Amino acid sequence: MTDPAAGARPGAGSEPLIRLRDVVRAFPARGGGEVRALDGVDLDVASGEILGVVGYSGAGKSTLLRLVNALDRPTSGTVTVAGREVSALSERELRTVRRDIGMIFQQFNLFSSRTVWGNVAYPLQVAGVPKAEHRRRISDLLHFVGLADKAHAHPEQLSGGQKQRVGIARALATDPQILLADEPTSALDPQTTSEVLALLRRVNEELGITIVLITHEMDVVRSLAHRVAVMEAGRVVEQGDTYDLFSRPGHPATRRFVDTLVEKGPPARALDRLRERHPGRMVTLSFREQDASPADVFAVFVERGVQFELVHGGVEDVRGRTFGHLTFTVTGADEAVADAVARVATLVEVTEHATRDDAGGNA
Amino acid sequence: MDRLLELEGLFWDASLQTLYIVFTTLVLGGMGGLLLGLLLHTTRPGGIAPQRLVHVALNVLVNFFRPIPFIVFIAAAQPAARLVVGTGIGNKSLIFALSIAATFGISRIVEQNLVSVDPGVLEASRAMGAGRLRTTLTVLLPEALGPLVLGYTFALVAIVDMAAVAGVVGGGGLGAFALTYGYRQYEPVVTWAAVLMIIAFVQLAQFAGNRLARRIMRR
Ligand SMILES: Nc1ncnc2c1ncn2[C@@H]1O[C@H](COP(=O)(O)OP(=O)(O)OP(=O)(O)O)[C@@H](O)[C@H]1O
Ligand SMILES: [Mg+2]
Repeated sequence: MTDPAAGARPGAGSEPLIRLRDVVRAFPARGGGEVRALDGVDLDVASGEILGVVGYSGAGKSTLLRLVNALDRPTSGTVTVAGREVSALSERELRTVRRDIGMIFQQFNLFSSRTVWGNVAYPLQVAGVPKAEHRRRISDLLHFVGLADKAHAHPEQLSGGQKQRVGIARALATDPQILLADEPTSALDPQTTSEVLALLRRVNEELGITIVLITHEMDVVRSLAHRVAVMEAGRVVEQGDTYDLFSRPGHPATRRFVDTLVEKGPPARALDRLRERHPGRMVTLSFREQDASPADVFAVFVERGVQFELVHGGVEDVRGRTFGHLTFTVTGADEAVADAVARVATLVEVTEHATRDDAGGNA
Repeated sequence: MDRLLELEGLFWDASLQTLYIVFTTLVLGGMGGLLLGLLLHTTRPGGIAPQRLVHVALNVLVNFFRPIPFIVFIAAAQPAARLVVGTGIGNKSLIFALSIAATFGISRIVEQNLVSVDPGVLEASRAMGAGRLRTTLTVLLPEALGPLVLGYTFALVAIVDMAAVAGVVGGGGLGAFALTYGYRQYEPVVTWAAVLMIIAFVQLAQFAGNRLARRIMRR
């Protein structure tokens, strides 16, 4: 069931697999007017990549996802999948397109009237796959998701993680190019969440399937997504490489999300305590792989003859690449300190924390 | 008691007639109700095939017929029965009226049970490329089957109740039997025999329905 050709590296520079252009989706609002669930969205998803879509409740994430397999249609704008404008196809034409797009859900949405086997068989029946091929195909899929022994169980006999794995097997039955995942782990505990995420990673890496993954958990994004799109009030306010977004979030919304995982500098309360113990200027230096290393920065401090002490911070890992926000106090002659900090600011991003004296003035 | 023994042949005959009337109605009204209930559910806003006008029209129709007491309806339906089944009296006319009344009643039961199916499951089916008819037949109905069986069992009991007024159009069955030979002839034993028989029917139907529903829902 593996198609090696489809497993190309993400963002191979060719035509995007999914392309949204100036997409608006308005719903009639209660009491007249309209709500723009999507308000001018441009988005490209490259073949073979995992795109994480994050945003608060009501940001329009689900609405966006449902446009990709045309469960819903845009009010204006175009949605193109593999070169076909799905927003312009009839419901009948869409049936074949949808076989190429699997979908999994937060609440799993398994058929309770069918066994695990029956659930996975359903899309094959819909697609008209000859009965003779079902057995092998379903068995392969259940082995892939690790549920071969549950083939004859009914969904209500399974745990949440197992249900989602059945959902994944069912979504993969017709060998799709794309998998749409709407908060697939939001109903799961942390342990099962990581199992399901590991499975999704295999879906991407071993089967070469492009994944669009909606979530509001940054943990999920960090461990899985190649790229991230951040949504707020119906717009994509920032998108980019996951590492870049985590190590240097641009938009305030992105920063709020990243802050839930990695804080840039000590939190306010810790800052007060640190100040009581440490005199001098306090700065947080943000290190990224492409910038200077801590060793380079230390060299600057030593060269200018100032003392420095690491008081807070840690190193973060995004899919094997590291970055960190390290907070230092720097003491010494005022001029030397100012000079050193200015020099360091040319190497890495520097965030100054107001000293105790001028803290009041800055508030 | 002696009177009942004299009437034994008639009693068994009435019992069989009740069975015949009730099951024929259940089949005809059951199919009609299923169809109407499916239409009500699928055409509603947010349903599988939203059709506002159709939905409103069907709703008005059902709400128009449902509150009519059956004893009034059966009399009012006589001309229509004559037209459709060729006679305004007897079991045929009775079954005709019963089936129509049951269609409207059952349609609501069906609609209510279909509403309880998680819309997410229907959306999943659609996302897999299934058309509306397929989704309706292979997902919507199977997902609601357990509660539907309970709903039909409820309907069956209601039909037994309605069928008891058969006497109005000269139909047969236990209701007419109890009225003619028990009540009017001051023979409480005869009346009670008919009552017990009806109770036995109802109990048996309810028992079978519960068992079937439980088997379906536990699988
Ligand atoms: N069918 C609909 N009718 C009316 N308004 C809708 C409909 N679907 C979505 N909306 C509105 O569009 C906005 C975006 O909804 P959407 O479900 O896409 O958000 P979301 O980002 O997925 O949120 P969540 O994290 O809660 O799932 C919300 O304000 C919502 O109320
Ligand atoms: Mg959502």
